Amino acid sequence: MHEAQLIPFPTLWLIPALPLAGFLLALLCGNARGLVKAAAPLLVGASFAVALAAVLALVRAEPGARLVDDVFTWIGAGPFRADVRFRIDALSAVMTLIVTGVGFLIHVYSVGYMAHDESLPRFFAYLNLFMFAMLLLVLADNLLLLFVGWEGVGLCSYLLIGFWYEEDENASAGKKAFIVNRVGDLGFVLGLFLLAWGTASDGRLSLDIAHVEAHVPALGAGTATAVALLLLVGATGKSAQLPLYVWLPDAMAGPTPVSALIHAATMVTAGIYMIARLHAVFLASPLALEVVAVIGALTALFAATIALVQNDIKRVLAYSTVSQLGFMVLALGVGAFATAIFHVTTHAFFKALLFLGAGSVIHGMSGEQDIRRMGGLRARMPVTWWTFLVGTLAIAGAPGFAGFFSKDEILWHTWASGHHALWGVGALTATLTAFYMFRLLFVTFTGELRAGHEVAHHVHESPPVMTLPLVVLAVLSLAGGWIGLPEGWLWGPAFGRFLAPVTGHPHLGAHAPGVEGALMLATTLLAAGGAAVAYLFYVRRPELPARLATRLGGIYRLLVGKYWVDELYDALVVQPYVRLSNALWRVVDQGMIDGAVNGAAAAVTLNGELWRHVQSGNVQHYALVFLGGALVVLSYYLLR
Amino acid sequence: MVPISWYLALSAVLFAIGVTGVLVRRNLIVIFMAIELMLNAVNLSFVALARQLGSVDGQVVVFFVMVVAAAEAAVGLAIIIAAFRSRPTVFADEFTLLKG
Repeated sequence: MHEAQLIPFPTLWLIPALPLAGFLLALLCGNARGLVKAAAPLLVGASFAVALAAVLALVRAEPGARLVDDVFTWIGAGPFRADVRFRIDALSAVMTLIVTGVGFLIHVYSVGYMAHDESLPRFFAYLNLFMFAMLLLVLADNLLLLFVGWEGVGLCSYLLIGFWYEEDENASAGKKAFIVNRVGDLGFVLGLFLLAWGTASDGRLSLDIAHVEAHVPALGAGTATAVALLLLVGATGKSAQLPLYVWLPDAMAGPTPVSALIHAATMVTAGIYMIARLHAVFLASPLALEVVAVIGALTALFAATIALVQNDIKRVLAYSTVSQLGFMVLALGVGAFATAIFHVTTHAFFKALLFLGAGSVIHGMSGEQDIRRMGGLRARMPVTWWTFLVGTLAIAGAPGFAGFFSKDEILWHTWASGHHALWGVGALTATLTAFYMFRLLFVTFTGELRAGHEVAHHVHESPPVMTLPLVVLAVLSLAGGWIGLPEGWLWGPAFGRFLAPVTGHPHLGAHAPGVEGALMLATTLLAAGGAAVAYLFYVRRPELPARLATRLGGIYRLLVGKYWVDELYDALVVQPYVRLSNALWRVVDQGMIDGAVNGAAAAVTLNGELWRHVQSGNVQHYALVFLGGALVVLSYYLLR
Repeated sequence: MVPISWYLALSAVLFAIGVTGVLVRRNLIVIFMAIELMLNAVNLSFVALARQLGSVDGQVVVFFVMVVAAAEAAVGLAIIIAAFRSRPTVFADEFTLLKG
């Protein structure tokens, strides 16, 4: 690996530090609601500005250069050393811009969305802390520091899912997210240990990204596979892939801006980012890469089928997020790392848009989330309707919209790397995606309003502070895909070229524009078909879905029940664990530990009971014993 | 001249009587007197041995013992009277507040 040019950029630390300042401000001045409300978005906006300046500096530098900011040495222990050092290369530049940019818009939106909430300062404190942790994650030049951010976003996710903790259900959802993520994080941290051990050289133990990348060849094939699979476990937890995806749909218990920021646009892409960042390790193990691809494709299809029949507006979007994350993981698995990040980018735009749109709908419907009680909102909420339409077109892959380019690039790379079966799975998923998204759109926005009189009376468009971010995100969802066109179109895959110094070029065979065009046409037609079926089902012949549901009763119940995965996990993991805990409590804790303590006390009591009779209170008894003792001592000296 | 062993034997007999008195009698006054008996038994052996060895050390110690015995008699009688005030008896069996 050639030596990359390092450019010192001493203000990088400001990017995470500004949201941290916002967190501290909200923490210390929680009573000044107005101050917190103004400072939180402004500080994130300032962070975005610094990030933008840094990225401009990076673009002007030669390709492959990176900006670094040495802050301080964190750990220096014998052969191990870890620095707090930030880096911006092409990969972290993209992530930083997404996190701060989308984060800024969502902060602005939250000012409107959370306006009536009593705990607004707490909300912004968590949200700012999340920004800090996420930026630490993407800017870290050291995997240990990355792990700090990784855990930090997990913590904030937990805090924000359970934000309305008065409801038991929300608190449980938070705990579920945290605990499921622990499983993944254990894999991740074990992977890091193994990686540090495997890449040690010259008596130096380091998790610096550059060090790790340079010493990947020193890993044996077996070690590389083990490391990659352990890291994959971490990614399945954070990025909600099979089999650890179960926490994400429940995470919708949090406020909607949180769902948009953390559980759609940024945090859940941390796993994708991590694999792209450590792609060298994965490339060293073809087996692990194959596993990544299969898990991604299966997750995409699996989540899409569940999304077909859900009735909670946020839950549909949650499953669609799981499904889209599956697409990204699929891209990673076929070696198209830059493409995965491209989809992360476009997905951040349109999924944040969809979630904020859903939030706007929920806001207007006085908290209603069931789409069966919505309908006809098109006329009442025009801005939300138009922006939601753009988001739906983008995720469904309508030509020209953001999702179209990134999804097609993923499918093309899947095909070109020889995974024809996985391409089939991806194309099917794209069809289902178009269907369930248009179903959501039609049921929510067209037809008659099916809400109660009280709610219907109150339906209103959201204030400008909420609709403005929607419009900005809609523009990005409309045009954001044009930064990565297919090979040979206009300026081509500019995005991929920008990332290439970091992620490398995928090894495709000879470029075949004909095949690519044909595949693109096929998936587009399939998606259009999905949308058309949704139109038929939910606009033209609304009685059809119910008849179909009765006809296919078994499958329908399976999908509504979400394949009963939660129930399965409950029976296989939670219940045995509860029973084990109960047994440990009763046998070990109460029986052995408490028993030992109580037993010691009882033994002392018994002993005292026995010996207290010695203490007769009669001085003459004592004198007699004293005499006996004296005689014994005397006779010892006399008789020896 | 009376041999030293006779003195010592008498001293031992007196001491034994004192010990027995302390152990078996229940009247505080009698116990007190038995203690005095033990002290004087020891005095007797001190004096006898002092004479036998031709040294005055033993006699000096005897004076000390007598002083201590006088003080002890004063304090001891005071304690007995105080005890009698709290409980109108001089029987040791009645004073068992420290019984376990």
